[in-house]
Amino acid sequence: MNIFVCVKQVPDTETKVKPSGDGTFIDTTSIKWIMNPYDEFAVEQALLVKQTNASANITVVRVGSVKDTEALRTAMAMGADDAILVQADDNLDSYMIAKALKGAIDKSGKKPDLILTGKQAIDDDCLQVPQLLAQMLNLPSVSVVVGFEDGGKLKLKRETEGGSLEIYEVDKPAVVACNKGLNTPRYASLPGIMKAKKKPMTEFKLADVGVSDADRRVKYSNFQLPPEKPPGKKMDATDTAKQKDVVKQVVQLLRNEAKAI
Amino acid sequence: MNFDFTTEQKEIKELALKFVKNEIIPKAQEYDEKGIFPKEEFKKAWEIGLINTCIPAEYGGAGFSNVDSILISETLAYGCMGMNTSFMANDLALLPIVIGGSHEQKQKWLTPFTENFKIASFCLTEPNNGSDAAGIQTTFKDEGSHWVINGNKMWITNAGHADLFVVYGTIDPSLKHKGISAVVVEKGTPGIELGKKEDKMGHRSSDTRGIRFNNVKVPKENMLGKPGAGWAIAMATLDHSRPLVASSAVGGAQRALDLAVQYAKERNQFGVNIGKHQAIQMMLSDMAMKTEAARLLTYKAAAMADQKIKNTEIASYAKAFAADSCMQITTDAVQIYGGYGYSKEYPVEKLMRDAKLIQIYEGTSQIQRLVIARELLNK
Repeated sequence: MNIFVCVKQVPDTETKVKPSGDGTFIDTTSIKWIMNPYDEFAVEQALLVKQTNASANITVVRVGSVKDTEALRTAMAMGADDAILVQADDNLDSYMIAKALKGAIDKSGKKPDLILTGKQAIDDDCLQVPQLLAQMLNLPSVSVVVGFEDGGKLKLKRETEGGSLEIYEVDKPAVVACNKGLNTPRYASLPGIMKAKKKPMTEFKLADVGVSDADRRVKYSNFQLPPEKPPGKKMDATDTAKQKDVVKQVVQLLRNEAKAI
Repeated sequence: MNFDFTTEQKEIKELALKFVKNEIIPKAQEYDEKGIFPKEEFKKAWEIGLINTCIPAEYGGAGFSNVDSILISETLAYGCMGMNTSFMANDLALLPIVIGGSHEQKQKWLTPFTENFKIASFCLTEPNNGSDAAGIQTTFKDEGSHWVINGNKMWITNAGHADLFVVYGTIDPSLKHKGISAVVVEKGTPGIELGKKEDKMGHRSSDTRGIRFNNVKVPKENMLGKPGAGWAIAMATLDHSRPLVASSAVGGAQRALDLAVQYAKERNQFGVNIGKHQAIQMMLSDMAMKTEAARLLTYKAAAMADQKIKNTEIASYAKAFAADSCMQITTDAVQIYGGYGYSKEYPVEKLMRDAKLIQIYEGTSQIQRLVIARELLNK
């Protein structure tokens, strides 16, 4: 059984992000990278499948710049068997990434039985790659998955707005995009970190997996930090005569500006 | 000269930091207040390989270097110096076996620590012998096939939970340090009497007790090295463990610095955040310089041990400087927090209480200076 887990490397949630000089992306020079937290659920799910199916092989795939391979090494330290890195700039759009992932999976020579991803990356929050990838591979896909059972067919629980659950029965192979709540990702262990050193990592260039600049669908420009939050409004209601007016004003503001009531 | 860590060392530190943020920091304050032993966290840390870093690869350990070990200890102490004391105590207790044990002894006592979660205690200090370790009064009496242990130990970390004790005693008090020997005593051996859990100022989650050994019989083969080899084993153990203790002080100091910097950006006085006031800036800068200087001394002492260079003098620099700096830095963090810093609602007063012990245990700051002076004057 071949399991592919697609992971993305994203800025650590504690990193202060700022736009690059030309505004076409973020400044990546001093960023601390981590594995996208939703992808950790995907890696853990693959490891759980492998626990009941020892012959399963877990390949982690990542498209991104090479200077740091944190996410792939972490996944292998957690227990994945091998890794594929597609070397590319960090500013690809979702279409290019999905196409590169498909190309890498095709090129691995292994026929996928299950493809796991996080439901979204916490940097650009596009929520597109799993579905695009499934479309390109002509496979079924289910996203925001919080329950996973493999009894020949996959039985997947999917969270919908309002907290209700949808249950899907899906043929394998399939693309499953994982959400928080599916499992508790294990820590990479120290022996795992040592073993990961010796695990194979295949590297491809974008061109090797059939992706070129012509595939770009989204061109980024004018990255900006969000405007600073305006300071809170203060009302003086110490004078009893004014209190009625102040209450009216506050209600107006809550209704029209904050749209809270 | 290269100050870089290997990719693996960076990953080890990252893993330890993730563990600390998820498992240690959320519990530290409560465990301190209630004096709860961090058994669950200890076990989780063991499961991912953060504990018993001194065990060599051939006995099932990870085969870590001293530098690897202090990176872990520094990071765990960043979360809680008290919990790290419990965690590190395993290494302190197992190191005499690593250093002085035979192949059979290592197989018998080290390997089980890699297979199952176990806790160990290092029993050197006595009620009447702290700094004067050579004045040990616990006796090992030769009874043919057995040693019979009699004596009292004090301030023993992890004592209430230990599966194994490494106990120092003398085969003949008149021989002074030449009579000192070390034996391994397993939990449940008749005659071990645990004292009450000490109610301490800091490191309150660590279990510290006195132990009485009352005609405790252990087989002859439980002695590490020859009779009288204990002093050399203890000293070699301390050369390895001092950088480890220093790293705990570095971790605590870094935590105090980080919290103080964060608070200086948030707290407003005289219309600006207090970080804009030079008085606070001077304090923060001194805290940062001392933390980094302590860290570099600590790494150097550990790197020397890895390169098998005698590090007694540098290890004492590191232990004394890191402990004294940690005390100063945590005190200054409380000062920067002002009234809030003195309250248990905020995290810095705990750091100040925890820092104090690092100036005392495993050789006081004064003993370290005696060691340094002895090395200086005898060159």
